Amino acid sequence: MSGAPSLAMADAAALAPRGALLGARGWAAVAAATLTITVLVPLLNLMVPEDNALHLGDFYVSLLGKILCYAICALAMDLIWGYTGILSLGHGVFFALGGYAMGMYLMRQIGTDGQYKSAMPDFMVFLDWKEYPWHWALSDSFVAQMLLVVLAPGLLAFVFGYFAFRSRIKGVYFSIITQALTFAAMLLFFRNETGFGGNNGFTDFKRLLGQPLNSPATRVLLCVITGLVLIGFFLMARAIVHSKYGRVLQAIRDAETRVMFTGYDPVIYKLSIWTLSAMMCGVAGALYVPQVGIINPGEMSPAASIEIAIWAAVGGRATLIGPIIGAFFVNGAKSWFTVAFPEYWLFFLGALFIAVTLFLPNGLVGLFRRKSEGVRTGHDA
Amino acid sequence: MTPDLMQAGAARRAAYEAKAVGGKPRFVSEEPYFGQGVALYVEDITVSFDGFKALNKLSLTIDVGELRCIIGPNGAGKTTMMDCITGKTRPDAGKVFFGSNIDLLRLKEQQVAQIGVGRKFQKPTVYEQLSVFHNLELALKADRRVRASLFFKLTGAQQDRIDEVLVLIHLRDQAQRTAGLLSHGQKQWLEIGMLLMQDPRLLLLDEPVAGMTDEETERTAELFLGLEGKHSLVVVEHDMKFVDALTQGCKKVTVLHEGSVLAEGLLSEVQANQKVVEVYLGR
Repeated sequence: MSGAPSLAMADAAALAPRGALLGARGWAAVAAATLTITVLVPLLNLMVPEDNALHLGDFYVSLLGKILCYAICALAMDLIWGYTGILSLGHGVFFALGGYAMGMYLMRQIGTDGQYKSAMPDFMVFLDWKEYPWHWALSDSFVAQMLLVVLAPGLLAFVFGYFAFRSRIKGVYFSIITQALTFAAMLLFFRNETGFGGNNGFTDFKRLLGQPLNSPATRVLLCVITGLVLIGFFLMARAIVHSKYGRVLQAIRDAETRVMFTGYDPVIYKLSIWTLSAMMCGVAGALYVPQVGIINPGEMSPAASIEIAIWAAVGGRATLIGPIIGAFFVNGAKSWFTVAFPEYWLFFLGALFIAVTLFLPNGLVGLFRRKSEGVRTGHDA
Repeated sequence: MTPDLMQAGAARRAAYEAKAVGGKPRFVSEEPYFGQGVALYVEDITVSFDGFKALNKLSLTIDVGELRCIIGPNGAGKTTMMDCITGKTRPDAGKVFFGSNIDLLRLKEQQVAQIGVGRKFQKPTVYEQLSVFHNLELALKADRRVRASLFFKLTGAQQDRIDEVLVLIHLRDQAQRTAGLLSHGQKQWLEIGMLLMQDPRLLLLDEPVAGMTDEETERTAELFLGLEGKHSLVVVEHDMKFVDALTQGCKKVTVLHEGSVLAEGLLSEVQANQKVVEVYLGR
């Protein structure tokens, strides 16, 4: 009966009140999270004086903002991996594309304040380019670049997914080609000729919509927006997995041939959730870049994509809250570890992944669930 | 009718026919026609895997409302035949028609299912992490497109239909249970229930009572006999007692051997057939 606990939990989930998006406790948790991010964080950072013990330092605001972006990626990964059973090891490419789309706009916002005091971005001056490449045509428009944030990753995912799913590429084969995809994109973006700043990428941003990026108010605002986007995505994902569409996705995960012989076309279902997941990562990337201040092809490295999968696995797949917790736990641990024991972080990450795989097949959320087995609330958000 | 009106009509018809021949429709709207009393017509299908002929000029006709049992030793081609009918395997040669107008070889798996052919696998295949109720809900005959699924709401009539099937497959009190927790026999029933939810005209059942207890087998035979007439059923089975219970001494049985039909007739007749005894029953 080793598989019993997980099945019992899914049972509880199925008994949750149908039609309602969240239970009372779920809504309370969402409200608490919303209040924390919109009121508490700005208050503690901007209003509480710096010498007060309750003051939230700028470092922690940007760390929080960064981890919130990662949590969006983990949530996107959960929809495609946890619920649909398709492990992507290339989600970093979608994150980076969203980041680059935002970065292009930020580069144009620098204006003539760059090192070379030119109207063009520094790297173009350095390469002695006289005019913008074609894909920079719309980079001056905030609206156009924000559209590209979702359209560029969405289009890449759609085309890639269409051919992969139509050819019935599954399991580890799919994972490997997604890994190859992000690696190929990284090599492409490393080249100066591609027009994205080569291996240095974009950095030295000054403004966003005319607002200085280094001011505390802008930083807090970006962090708040990221938090609200995460909460919005969470509710959207919740609505998706609790619809019949979401159950078809889970059915594809459990028995794809049965789904086909029941009359559903799995290709369209997989392609739609895959594209949506990529777009969510693109948004996360766009929010990440102004807060961190740099985007370079390193975000497309295979390791970066694998980390997203680790967050989801550590937190708990096929539970929406799990991957968010996983992103916070792993990245929180990372920022502490890399200061306290810098040389041991990767060992710890590896050990954590092995431990979760061996002992916590349902991740951290599974651990809490097992503890409160008696309290079957069906609250899986 | 004026000549130009007739001309316009002819042009429209030609355009429609060109479209119907050229593109394979993604969601099949064409209705099968059963007026000639034939539910499934298989003619001379041949399938070879690396030179080995899994099916060799197999022909078979199933009438509307008929319950046909197919027996045969391992490797006789029973499962391959089902693969050909349901679009999983493309035969090298031959024809497969559903009703008298639908060419099944043109359709993809999901289209074959949409048009009214339900298939049960040898190994029970249910959605283990979903509840019994949701398993049935997914199989419920409804629009299969993404948008329709996203905004799907069960109507009262559909709810009643699920209830009805739950009673039929004896899983009424297990409706909220996760399917993965059911016993083997119950999973078999759930899968049969899922087929019924699709409301198919033709059911293909691959060893439906494998792993069932005697009592479960008996109840399954009752269930199938209740379906006979409303649906056409093709049952592949090794269990002779079950086949006997289904045919009730008066229905045709088909014996497959090495990819083609070896004998056809009443169970008592084929059991007496010398060739059949040699390849199968005698051993």
